[in-house]
Amino acid sequence: MAVKDFIRERFFPHIWCPGCGHGIVLNSLLRAVESLGMSKNEIVMVSGIGCSSRISGYLDFHTLHTIHGRALAFATGVKLSRPELNLIVPMGDGDALAIGGNHFIHAARRNIDLTAIVMNNRIYGMTGGQFSPLSGCGVMATTAPFATVDAGFDVVELARAAGATFVARSTAYHVQQLTKLLRDAILHEGFSVVEVLTQCPTYFGRRNKMGGAVEMLKWFKENTTPVGSKAKAENPALIERGIFVQKEMPEYCKAYDQVIERAQKGKK
Amino acid sequence: MEDEIASMCAIIGASLTGHKVMTATSGPGFSLKQEALGYAVMAEIPCVVVNVQRGGPSTGNPTHVAQGDVMQARWGTHGDHAIVTLTASNHQDVFAMTVEAFNIAETYRTPVILLFDEVVGHMREKLVIPEPGEIPLVERLRTSVPGGVDYHPYLPREDGRLPMSDFGGVHRYNVTGLFHDMWGFPSDNPGVVHGLMRHLVDKIENNAGQLARYKEFELQDADTVLVSYGSAARSALHVVRNRRARGEKIGLLELQTLWPFPAAVVREKCARARSVVVVEMNTGQVMREVKAAVNNPENVFLANRIDGTLITPTDIRNILRLIQGRGV
Repeated sequence: MAVKDFIRERFFPHIWCPGCGHGIVLNSLLRAVESLGMSKNEIVMVSGIGCSSRISGYLDFHTLHTIHGRALAFATGVKLSRPELNLIVPMGDGDALAIGGNHFIHAARRNIDLTAIVMNNRIYGMTGGQFSPLSGCGVMATTAPFATVDAGFDVVELARAAGATFVARSTAYHVQQLTKLLRDAILHEGFSVVEVLTQCPTYFGRRNKMGGAVEMLKWFKENTTPVGSKAKAENPALIERGIFVQKEMPEYCKAYDQVIERAQKGKK
Repeated sequence: MEDEIASMCAIIGASLTGHKVMTATSGPGFSLKQEALGYAVMAEIPCVVVNVQRGGPSTGNPTHVAQGDVMQARWGTHGDHAIVTLTASNHQDVFAMTVEAFNIAETYRTPVILLFDEVVGHMREKLVIPEPGEIPLVERLRTSVPGGVDYHPYLPREDGRLPMSDFGGVHRYNVTGLFHDMWGFPSDNPGVVHGLMRHLVDKIENNAGQLARYKEFELQDADTVLVSYGSAARSALHVVRNRRARGEKIGLLELQTLWPFPAAVVREKCARARSVVVVEMNTGQVMREVKAAVNNPENVFLANRIDGTLITPTDIRNILRLIQGRGV
């Protein structure tokens, strides 16, 4: 199936600004899904609120565009009631880890089989460039005209600590790697997290004098390195890309089915 | 789930796969559910939300009785909308109203709130569980459009109903909390917004008569009508039985549907009454609705209690004595 067969052309043009990284993530995601040969009827995409969350409406899956921060909670309801479906949950950084931070750590703790994609542009783009919990310290934003003073989350470390059984990171520049990571995440049985560093030239780039989309993509190229590389040892400021956690643990829906079985023993 | 917000969201997700769903909470948890409740209104997702009322606002008076959430049930989520809310005064009716709530949720594609209170929630009493089939069950209306043919998830039929298609089935469509067109795709077109708002409100408000559930006791010749609901109605019924035994013309209208407010029923049942006393455990949330419904609002009085204890027959009798000019 061609990538374009996954798109609802009726709903275009999309809302994203020129140079936005979300379209690159969308492209990578569709190539990952295509390579898996899954039926569109088996895929449910659940998203929250924000630029990144509009991704669901453009795709020809079962799509649920919900409320701010709660996509993983809605997705949990879908998955628990129909465990055979594949759940993909694209979120922005504010959506996933500010208002939605609680649902994020609890979904990870349960190890429910959802694929969470954190499209991290370090800013609230849709609402005008407010700083997010992933902006990090010393970042300029509409709501931080003299730079932020609060530290950011490290998505990878947070997901790992909360119990996610697949954790990976890539960027909008490294599309081949991103496609492979998204594919692995979808195939993984359990809670998987893929953080994608993506550019918002409109707000983050402009406010922080990072140049346009091309310069921001170059920044991803120059400031990231594969996990465990020699470059990282020499320059600890580099951001690592790749798979950080990949392990087998009991999956929540399966464990829950066993509870039902135990509870109904001898009653049917 | 991790909190009340998450459980409200999860049941909406589960409902979309074709299951009947509910969540239950009390007081603050009901406040937390409000945003997602509005989502279920907007996206027309059948679901049932139980709120066993306790004293509020805030943490308030946990495990003590109150009926202060009547207006929150009506207007708790932001934005103009319609909602269905049922209540009950005893366990047999809690059972019946819960089944009703699911039937209404499926029929009208709406969240239905079951607004009980602490007394009904904590007490123990006899319950006869009916045989399967004794109470009619409404199953979800599903589309007959075959796979491969365009299915419009938000295009109402002539009767206003919207057949659904389960997530995971042959029809893939978009569900959103934004105003949306017949495809379920976001739209801010004024015509689309107006049409959807009218649809969401009219499908409930235009059926207020069909949604009205109530019980009546000794209303045939009553010149004093008590209007009550939930556990307060138990004390009201006690007063009616005692006073009838002494020859007083007094009756009780027990409301089981609170929203849409059964104004026509209240107006009709109170038409001959010289005084109407609303018995409730708040500062008059239903009383104001009753005043708006009846022909003579100056004859509507309030017998209430707001201290976390069940209103007693004596409390109601004291108000009746005041109205009748007999002093306390």
